[in-house]
Amino acid sequence: MGRPAVQLSDVTLRYGAGTIALDHTDLRIEQGDFVALVGPSGCGKSTILKLVAGLLEPSSGGVVVGGREMGIIGKDRGIAPALRIGLAFQNPTMLPWLTIRENVMIPLKIVPPFRQDYARKKKGEFAERAEALLEKVGLKGFGDKRPWQLSGGMLQRASLCRALIHDPQLLLLDEPFGALDQFTREELWDIMQALWMEKRPTVLLVTHDLRESAYLATRICVMTSRPGRILEDREVPLARPRTLETSYAPEFAALVQQLRMRIAEARTGADADADADANANVHRLPIKTAERVAA
Amino acid sequence: MTSLSLDVSPLSRQRLLSAGALAGFFLLWEIACLAFGVSDLILPRPSQIAVVLWQKMPLLWPHTLQTLYTTIAGFVIGVVAGVLIGVVIGSSKTAYDVAYPLLVGFSSIPKVAVVPIFVVWFGAGTVPAILTSAVICIFPVVVNVATGLATTEPELEDVLKVLGASRRDILLDVGLPRALPYLFASLKIAITLSFVGTVLSETVAANKGIGNVMMIASGNFDVPLVFAGLFILAVLGVALYAVSSYFESRMTGWTQRRTDMAMA
Repeated sequence: MGRPAVQLSDVTLRYGAGTIALDHTDLRIEQGDFVALVGPSGCGKSTILKLVAGLLEPSSGGVVVGGREMGIIGKDRGIAPALRIGLAFQNPTMLPWLTIRENVMIPLKIVPPFRQDYARKKKGEFAERAEALLEKVGLKGFGDKRPWQLSGGMLQRASLCRALIHDPQLLLLDEPFGALDQFTREELWDIMQALWMEKRPTVLLVTHDLRESAYLATRICVMTSRPGRILEDREVPLARPRTLETSYAPEFAALVQQLRMRIAEARTGADADADADANANVHRLPIKTAERVAA
Repeated sequence: MTSLSLDVSPLSRQRLLSAGALAGFFLLWEIACLAFGVSDLILPRPSQIAVVLWQKMPLLWPHTLQTLYTTIAGFVIGVVAGVLIGVVIGSSKTAYDVAYPLLVGFSSIPKVAVVPIFVVWFGAGTVPAILTSAVICIFPVVVNVATGLATTEPELEDVLKVLGASRRDILLDVGLPRALPYLFASLKIAITLSFVGTVLSETVAANKGIGNVMMIASGNFDVPLVFAGLFILAVLGVALYAVSSYFESRMTGWTQRRTDMAMA
């Protein structure tokens, strides 16, 4: 095995006066891997993503990205990330005064080596590059529109383009499909998979959707909360390209169910330790649903 | 009214109504003065003011230019300083906390009280007027620019930071464009305040400008001339307000969400 793209070693992160967001966590992501972090909200998956991005600093332990120790970006100004990183959040955050194409091209304006050529190539080569990417995600002809003229699903597609335009070696996705309807989401899974298979960047996807993780990832890390840690780390044996049919195949359903049970067990366990019974009852409800599916 | 609105677009109908309201206001004023026999020492009629304006224009014109020049100079200095201070305060939490009480302190000083100090420093005349006008219009600009910068979405900043953007990149690409609508909103306030500052200083310590003319005229009980001065100030104010509105719609059209703009 070569050098990993991302390596978290014994990382702990506390917010303020003792809330432990992440507790002695190890995570190794190989280059070209597609890793999904799944778990209930508040389990620290976004925290891991922010540590990898250099937006947060661990309280203890080490975060190495592309062979370089990550500091917090704002603090160690001048230290460029060792890898070209692309980032997409649940909220597409387009700049309203730019067109969609200009929004997609923002990374080219900032990231070297594109940065040096930006003024010269923004009308020609770079604009074509943005247009080609927009076409791949189904936004052909929307490059000249303003963000507020597009629907939420379309903005999310554009946001993916912005994360990918500079050929990132590491793609960090924080629930980018979370706010979309199921049909759009499944369509974007396919697009995402195609883009990944084409360029093979290392991807870290944070999601609470188990089907999404099974559809896209080569490896799934299941997380649990209070304190946040990785409970289970497993390969996804399904062949690619995965399709909608794959997602209704028995082995896919079985995988999703196993993951779901694993999270449920962890949660009821934690609840027995700490929380009131009322809370536990709420959490048991989905388990019954899962059992019914299994039967 | 209905037959009129049929063949006139909503915009020109709105303009017609505004013009009508303006004419009606002056007409009412005229009629009221005539009906109640108000002396022109108390409240001159619009027609009298118009006559004075016409007759005394050669005398008033240099003063009008003086006031206009002073106001614009003060406005420009105030806005440039305001934007710079606003950028510093808005992009750093520490600067914000440190400078804000100071700014609030300065802005709550009545500007009339500042004029004598400027006169002591620079002598009576144009300079105190320019400075008063600048000082009075700084505050709204600073507050709005700082607010615009401080309300940048953190997620957007994160996206840029991760790409390796410097603070300067973020300021130029996101912060300033984001603050632009706030800036223009403050310009409309600042330009009217600039007039207040200029005229204030002119009435206290100057030998030129509309404020000075009005001061002398009121001393001579030439009330129609005082009102003529007021009228000139109102016209100048509206004109400069219109200019900043025009630039606002040109530069921050994206906030208006009009569909025709995207087609252009």
